[in-house]
Amino acid sequence: MAGPSALAERLIARACGRDAVSAGEIVTCKVDLAMMHDSGGPRRIKPMLDRLGEAPWDSSRVALVTDHYAPAIDAESAAIVDLTRQWAREQGIAQFFDSEGICHVVLPEHGLIRPGMFVVGGDSHSPTGGAFGAFMVGIGATEMLGVLVRGEIWIKVPRTLLLTWHGRLAAGVTAKDMMLHLCATLGQAAVNYRAVEFAGEAVTSLPMAERMTLCNMTAELGAKTGLIAPDATTLDYLSEVGAPVSAAETAAWQTDLAADYELRRDYDASTLSPQVAAPHSPQASGPVSEHRGVAVDQAYIGSCTGAKLVDLRMAAEILTGRQIAAGTRLLVAPASNRVVEQAKAEGTLATLMEAGAVLLPTGCGACAGYGAGLLGEAEVCISSTARNFKGRMGAASAQIYLGSPYTVAAAAVAGHIVDPREFLP
Amino acid sequence: MIEGAVHRFGDNIDTDQLAPGRYMKGAIAEIARHCLEAVDPGFVDRVCPGDIIVAGDNFGAGSSREQAVAALLALGVSAVVAKSFARIFFRNALNLGLPVLVCPTASEIPDGARIAVDPTSGRAVETATGQQHDCEPIPSHLMAMVRDGGLLPHLEKTLRTSTNG
Repeated sequence: MAGPSALAERLIARACGRDAVSAGEIVTCKVDLAMMHDSGGPRRIKPMLDRLGEAPWDSSRVALVTDHYAPAIDAESAAIVDLTRQWAREQGIAQFFDSEGICHVVLPEHGLIRPGMFVVGGDSHSPTGGAFGAFMVGIGATEMLGVLVRGEIWIKVPRTLLLTWHGRLAAGVTAKDMMLHLCATLGQAAVNYRAVEFAGEAVTSLPMAERMTLCNMTAELGAKTGLIAPDATTLDYLSEVGAPVSAAETAAWQTDLAADYELRRDYDASTLSPQVAAPHSPQASGPVSEHRGVAVDQAYIGSCTGAKLVDLRMAAEILTGRQIAAGTRLLVAPASNRVVEQAKAEGTLATLMEAGAVLLPTGCGACAGYGAGLLGEAEVCISSTARNFKGRMGAASAQIYLGSPYTVAAAAVAGHIVDPREFLP
Repeated sequence: MIEGAVHRFGDNIDTDQLAPGRYMKGAIAEIARHCLEAVDPGFVDRVCPGDIIVAGDNFGAGSSREQAVAALLALGVSAVVAKSFARIFFRNALNLGLPVLVCPTASEIPDGARIAVDPTSGRAVETATGQQHDCEPIPSHLMAMVRDGGLLPHLEKTLRTSTNG
């Protein structure tokens, strides 16, 4: 019998039909679900499939989302979204989510990511699905072609880093701050190609949306994926979205502290302060105090990383009874239509609007540089998104800072970067 | 053997620098015209077919967009030699037929030098000085796919062979 192994190794072993695998082995895994979006999906893959005379191996294992170019902002984007719709019809893709929101949030909302699954996504933020105890990895379009033709993919079993966060996050400090801190301190060389497994009280006390933020931003560490063992919080979420899973079914996907982790790091969540990434990399992160006073033209709450319901609630906590500063604009692009519905029903949306926020359509929006809310020359933006690469959100001379939704909302109120805890009770 | 003139870049060259988001809805030729403009506006005018990019750590960080590779290919770049690569970019490059070599001493290769790279042996040599740099070799079965122009033409060829045979 094999010894204790990291969660990633057990998930990969199941997917390749083995009892156990070891880090460094190259194995071929059966794909339970292949997720694509309008940018890297049919637009790139249909011509290749046609050239080979092939079709998806199993259309019930394909999920397709329009999020990068929907809603279209011009004729070119409209053509891309239209091509995506046509392909979904032609191939009979039942799991086609058109203009419902961002793939990484929409799939979980439909209960499509469940513990134990092996999932590939045609987007770099695909590790988000690891929050459900699934192995989910990002791939490019040609790689996806191979998956669609054969229903499988070769993969090198990654080494795993175990990151244990002890204690509880203080008020006004979030999963986003944990990830910015890791981006600044772990170093890409230590994480590149590895799986990251999160554990500890600070992680298990987080709701699913915050766990998704942790796994989502492992992409910024260079990780192959991020993982969190499923627990009662996971099962409650899956029940709520109509995809119930029993505790017995998740027994095999728990963290085993006796496993052979390449690196173990322990963190004290209770002493973490709000973090801000300076232009032009998430690795340029540090305590918010380092950037206090930087004047902000635009505050942006959006993306799979930073516009889920909990993210909007964080912003609303800051904005209740306040107005955004003159000369600063606050744009909110919720991650999905369901987030909009829930935020509307509970009053969160009204709080944001009353403070002066402008509501944008759901979807990837300005985060990917494709949608509304782009930046002009030398403008300064603070954003709840995952990436602040030079030129990503518009002009190359724009300065993009990253922070939690608390920090973004606080900057919108003050007109400059400020510790959001100054605005919390 | 691949031989060309070196264009040097630093660490963390990301996919938004290679294929900026605001040009992503265009054809590859248009994206290529803006390749790396945020870090080196003159690059697309200077680069010649066959040239080689040499960079630091984490080349290709960020998005899964294959256009980051396709833009380099459209400009005629024949290989990228870097201290390390982001994982999705690395797989995309081989899948599209662009040799990518991990080279711990990449930062010692001067800008403008000519180098000759042999991907299967992992050897890179500065033509003028004979200075040698060791890279991680690309396995010969993967180089066969790269030489075919990537996974798609390779699959076409293999499917044709298996149908005929």
